[in-house]
Amino acid sequence: MNIRSVLIANRGEIAVRIIKAAKALGLRTVQVYSQADAKSLAVRLADEAIEIGPPAARKSYLNVDAILAAAAAAGVDAIHPGYGFLSENGDFADAVVAAGMIFVGPSGAAIRLLGDKVAARQVAAMAGVPTVPGSDGRVLDLIEARAIVSKIGFPVMIKAAAGGGGRGIRIAQDFDEFDRQFPQAATEATAAFGDGGLYLEKVIERARHVEVQILGDGTNFVHCFERECSLQRRRQKVWEEAPAVGLPAGVREKLCASAVALARSVGYRGAGTVEYLYDEATQAFYFIEVNTRIQVEHPVTEMVTGLDLVQEMLRIAGGLPLSAGQDDIAIRGHAIECRINAEDPDRNFMPWPGVVEKLETPSGDGVRFDTLLFDGYEVPPFYDSLLGKLIVHGANRADCLARLRAALRSLKIVGIPTTLPLHTVLALDPDVVAGRFHTRFLEQWLEARFAAPASVKEVV
Amino acid sequence: MSKLEIKSPLPGMFYRRPSPEAPPFRNDGDPVTADDVIGLVEVMKSFHEVKAGVAGKAIRFLVEDADAIMAGQTLAEVDA
Repeated sequence: MNIRSVLIANRGEIAVRIIKAAKALGLRTVQVYSQADAKSLAVRLADEAIEIGPPAARKSYLNVDAILAAAAAAGVDAIHPGYGFLSENGDFADAVVAAGMIFVGPSGAAIRLLGDKVAARQVAAMAGVPTVPGSDGRVLDLIEARAIVSKIGFPVMIKAAAGGGGRGIRIAQDFDEFDRQFPQAATEATAAFGDGGLYLEKVIERARHVEVQILGDGTNFVHCFERECSLQRRRQKVWEEAPAVGLPAGVREKLCASAVALARSVGYRGAGTVEYLYDEATQAFYFIEVNTRIQVEHPVTEMVTGLDLVQEMLRIAGGLPLSAGQDDIAIRGHAIECRINAEDPDRNFMPWPGVVEKLETPSGDGVRFDTLLFDGYEVPPFYDSLLGKLIVHGANRADCLARLRAALRSLKIVGIPTTLPLHTVLALDPDVVAGRFHTRFLEQWLEARFAAPASVKEVV
Repeated sequence: MSKLEIKSPLPGMFYRRPSPEAPPFRNDGDPVTADDVIGLVEVMKSFHEVKAGVAGKAIRFLVEDADAIMAGQTLAEVDA
């Protein structure tokens, strides 16, 4: 392998995870850290640690020059970007290579291509992957728009081309509503974004979020089956499973094959995830986007396949071929991951940093807890609220849920509010136990059963 | 003339503007009412409004835009 040492350009639980994978491969590990993370678990575990700046991410974990300077000083062969921060920044990937090192991930060009929503949709369509029915880019006027809607059917989303993050979206149920809303949406988009451009997408109601893990070494491409991440709050995944609940075997085969076709069409190198919406009623799936990095929820795939995805990323980056062929990869049992965040479910999920006075972690067969915590750790307020991921594996979903309930009872994080109570209730909920959920399920469920008035108003 | 204090309910980063290009919510010397938003606190990537909670003739900020702050730290003083 061409890599003997690796710098981790990230923090938190994923930095700890990467250090463990790198050490298992016998690599020297170098952890960069901001002033707020000097006492972090990743800094303790790495062979070396280098400070790269103040707490604000843009001055440290997003500071390309500081990270490259640390990598040069430490003389590492490679940089692993983790998730978030610079992990999907094609220019950073190029800069790492230009500085004579290996970027653990796909090429800068591949990151840019798949990171552009319109370009990625075209790549998917060309690889034969179904996309959400809609207009091919911008719609010029109501006559053209009506013609498209006649083809794709209602309900339909009218989206502002310049919008994003859920802003500038209207939903029409029929032509009466559509004829009224289309001109209004154009006027609003002009006022809000300075660009009245609109495009159309069919609404996939009660869809599930499924995603396929892919691996490629540039020559061979495999899938590691799918994950289901339908339980979300504000588009943030809360609970993930592998495999997806109630996905017929024939659909699974087509879904996974489509992800491999997409990976092959771009000569993908590294680990990636192809995300889809799945319509249970029609058994149709639609491409959403590709993530060109390791995902937070990768452990559920590791639990059911036995692969170590982070080690695999490092091996691929180090020039080795995939360690497993498609025939070697199979699903064994069922796995669930609960994201434990430093948020108070009783106060509208208000994030609350502070000191973890005491930590008790569950153990036993099929139980894994990926975390950045230790007794006495002070959770800084500057980064995301993820404290750890409880991952449980069982012979089947019922067995997995039983083990999960036991593991949730033995996991104790004392000192700060966490989302543990939410997971405890979810693991007992009849709909969750039956696997009856979709991407809007959790928000509706929270409104009905878990909501409490917020004492401080969240604005973004 | 008495001075009233506005304290942060949360730890995090304090912002005096709704967005980097926008003017500050309030400038030093501006009058405030209890319901006026005087800043945002970013904690763990979510943003929360800070209201004055007190009314007065003139506000004076004790922290800069994008300063790291602690829960309970005094952000500004108000002349009642």
